[in-house]
Amino acid sequence: MANERELTMAKAISEAIAQEMERDPRVFVLGEDVAVYGGIFGATQGLVEKFGPDRVMDTPISETAFIGAATGAAAAGMRPVVELMFVDFFGVCMDQIYNHLAKNTYMSGGNARFPVVLMTAMGGGYNDAAQHSQVLYGLFAHVPGLKIVVPSNAYDAKGLMISAIRDDNPVMYFFHKGLMGLGWMKYPERTITPVPEKAYTIPFGVADIKRPGKDVTIVALAMMVQRALDAADELAQEGIDAEVIDLRTLVPLDRDAVINSVKKTHKLIVVDEDYKGFGMTGEIAAIVAESALDYLDAPVKRLAVPNVPIPYSRPLEQFVIPSVEAIGNAARQLVKK
Amino acid sequence: MKLSRDQLLSMYRQMWTIRFFEDELAAAYMEGKTPAFDIGSGPVPGEMHLAAGQEPVAVGTCAHLKKQDTVVGTHRPHHFAIAKGVPLDKLAAEIFGKETGLGRGKGGHMHLFDVEHNFSCSGIIGAGFPPACGAALAAKKMGKDWVAVAFAGEGAANQGSFHEALNLAALWQLPVIFIIEDNSWAISVPKGKSTSIPDNSTRAAGYGIPGVRVDENDTLAVYEVLGEAVARARRGEGPSLIEVKTDRYYGHFQGDPELYRPKDEVSQLKANDPIQKLASQIMAQGAATQAELDAARDAAKADVAGAMEFARTSPYPAPEQALENVFV
Ligand SMILES: Cc1ncc(C[n+]2csc(CCOP(=O)(O)OP(=O)(O)O)c2C)c(N)n1
Repeated sequence: MANERELTMAKAISEAIAQEMERDPRVFVLGEDVAVYGGIFGATQGLVEKFGPDRVMDTPISETAFIGAATGAAAAGMRPVVELMFVDFFGVCMDQIYNHLAKNTYMSGGNARFPVVLMTAMGGGYNDAAQHSQVLYGLFAHVPGLKIVVPSNAYDAKGLMISAIRDDNPVMYFFHKGLMGLGWMKYPERTITPVPEKAYTIPFGVADIKRPGKDVTIVALAMMVQRALDAADELAQEGIDAEVIDLRTLVPLDRDAVINSVKKTHKLIVVDEDYKGFGMTGEIAAIVAESALDYLDAPVKRLAVPNVPIPYSRPLEQFVIPSVEAIGNAARQLVKK
Repeated sequence: MKLSRDQLLSMYRQMWTIRFFEDELAAAYMEGKTPAFDIGSGPVPGEMHLAAGQEPVAVGTCAHLKKQDTVVGTHRPHHFAIAKGVPLDKLAAEIFGKETGLGRGKGGHMHLFDVEHNFSCSGIIGAGFPPACGAALAAKKMGKDWVAVAFAGEGAANQGSFHEALNLAALWQLPVIFIIEDNSWAISVPKGKSTSIPDNSTRAAGYGIPGVRVDENDTLAVYEVLGEAVARARRGEGPSLIEVKTDRYYGHFQGDPELYRPKDEVSQLKANDPIQKLASQIMAQGAATQAELDAARDAAKADVAGAMEFARTSPYPAPEQALENVFV
C-alpha cells in the first residue's frame, strides 16, 4: 500500500457515504447540522455541496421525528443514513430506536426491512461531562436487532461504513470524537491510515488483530484500541508481548477471535470506555468463562468506567477513563503472576 | 410597571455582570488552546456556550422572580444563572472544574445546580420544560405562590418535550412560564430552516394559553411582558408562552468557525447593543446619572474579577472524588 493517500477517520466516513450515494440513489443523509456545517464532527463534510439539500438534509432538533422518519423511509424503500449528533442524546428518541428500529424486522417475521444507518458520535476525554461523553454502545448492543459498529481508524471506518449502508438491517455506527482527526480535538496519529480510493467493504463480525502478541490478550474498541496499542508499545520495551484485538463490531461479535487469542496467551484484559456494570467487559469475560476458562492462567481483568457518570473536571475524568498507564499496569500484573 | 431607580441600576449592573463574565470566560477558554486549538486543553476545557448579547431575556425575566421561584436554563446557561442570583464564585469555580464549584467540579458549565436559588440547567435540548412543570406542580400542591420558568432556545421549540409540557401545563393550569430565547440560530441552522412558523409564541394558541412575542432585544420590553405572565401564574391563572428575540454575539460554542453565518452579522447586531440601550433608557427617564451607571458597571467588573480569581485559585477535586455522589 505504498504511496497510498492517508485520510482522517472523518474524511474516510464522509467519502464512504459519498461513494454509496453515487452508487445508489436511494441513499440519503439527514440529521442536525449535517448539511451546511458538514456534521459537527465532519462525518458528512462535503456531501451537501456534492449532492444538494434534497439528499443531505438538515433537520430541526426533533430526533424522535427524524429518526423515526428514517425508519419509515427505509420501510418504504429508501436507505437513510441518519445522524444522532451525540449518542448521549438517545434519550429523546429512544422509543423509535429501541422499540421500533431494533424490533420491527423481528416483529414482522422477517418480512419488513429497515436498512437504516444510525450514525452517532461517542466518547470522552475532552471534558465534555456527563451528557456529552458517554460511549453507550453496550446499551444498544443489549437490545436484539441492531448491528453495532465501532471503528478505531480510518481504514476500518470506510469499509465498515460501506458495509453498513449496504446491509439490509439497522446498523448503529459509532464514531469516537477523539479518533476523527479533527483540527480542534487531540487524536492519536495512528487513526490516520492509508485508505483506498475505491469502495471496499469490511465484513461485520470479524475482529482485527491490531497487534499480534503471545503474552497477554487485550480486547478493546475505538479509543481503547489506540490506548491498548500505546500500552503494548511500552510493554514491548519491558519484554511483554501483548496482543491487541479490535472487535470492530459488537453485534455481530467475533467470539472466536477472543477465544483463540486467549488459548494462545492464557491471559485476558478487556478495556472499555463504557460503564463497567452490565456491559462489554462483562460480556467478553463471560464468553471466555463459558468457552475457554481452562485456558486462563489468571482471572480476567476488566478496565472500564467505574459505575459513575463521566465527571467534568479534568482530574476526575482522567481518573475514570482507562488510561495507557492503567492498561499497561494491568498487563504487568497479569504477566508477573 | 414602573421600576425604581435602585431596581434599574441593579438590572443594569446585572447586565454588565453577565457581559463581563462571558467575555472573561471567552478569554480564559482560549488559554492553553493556542497556537493549536484543542478543546480539551487549558483551564476551561470542553464545550463552552456563551450568552453575551442575550442578557435582556434573562435579566428582564428574573427581575420578577424570588428566591423560591424555579428557573431551568439551557446548555447556554450563565446569563440565567447570574440573573437568578446564583453566586458568581461558585458558578465560576464549577466552570473551572474546581472543588469549590456548584457541583464540586462534576457538572461543568452545562450542568449547574444551585439548590438554594432553585436553579438548574441541562445540556440536552428541550430538557428544561418538563422539570419546570414539575416545580410549578409542586408549588401548587404546597399552596405556594411560587412560579417556575423554563428557558429554551428557538431550536428547542421543535423538540417533543416542548409540546408535551405545554399541554400538561395548560391542562393542569400550572404556574409556569415557557420562554423561548430566539437568537435566530440553532448551531448552523437558522430558524426559518427548522421551524414551520416564524413566531413560536403563536403555538400557545394550540394549547389555549396566552402567547406573546417580544420582538426586540430590550430588557425593559421583556420586563414588561413578563410582569403580566408572572403575575398571572402567581394568581393561579396558569401558564404562558413568551418568545423573545435576542442576539448571539459569540459562536454557537467557542471555537465554532461560524462559516454558516454572514460575516458582518455580529457587528450589525452589536450596533444595537442591549446594555447601551438600557443605559439610554435609564438616562432618558432621568432615573440615574452617568456616574451612577459607570459605578454600576465598575462594580460588576470587580465582581466578575473576584469570581474568576476565586475559581482560578481554588483547588481541583482529588481524583478519587470521581467515585462519590452517585447517590446521596
Ligand atoms: C437532544 C439534543 N439534541 C441535540 C443537541 C445538540 N445541540 C446542542 S445546542 C444545539 C442547538 C440549540 O439551539 P437553540 O435551542 O436555538 O439554542 P442556542 O444554542 O441558540 O442557544 C444543538 C442541536 C443536544 N444538546 N440535545
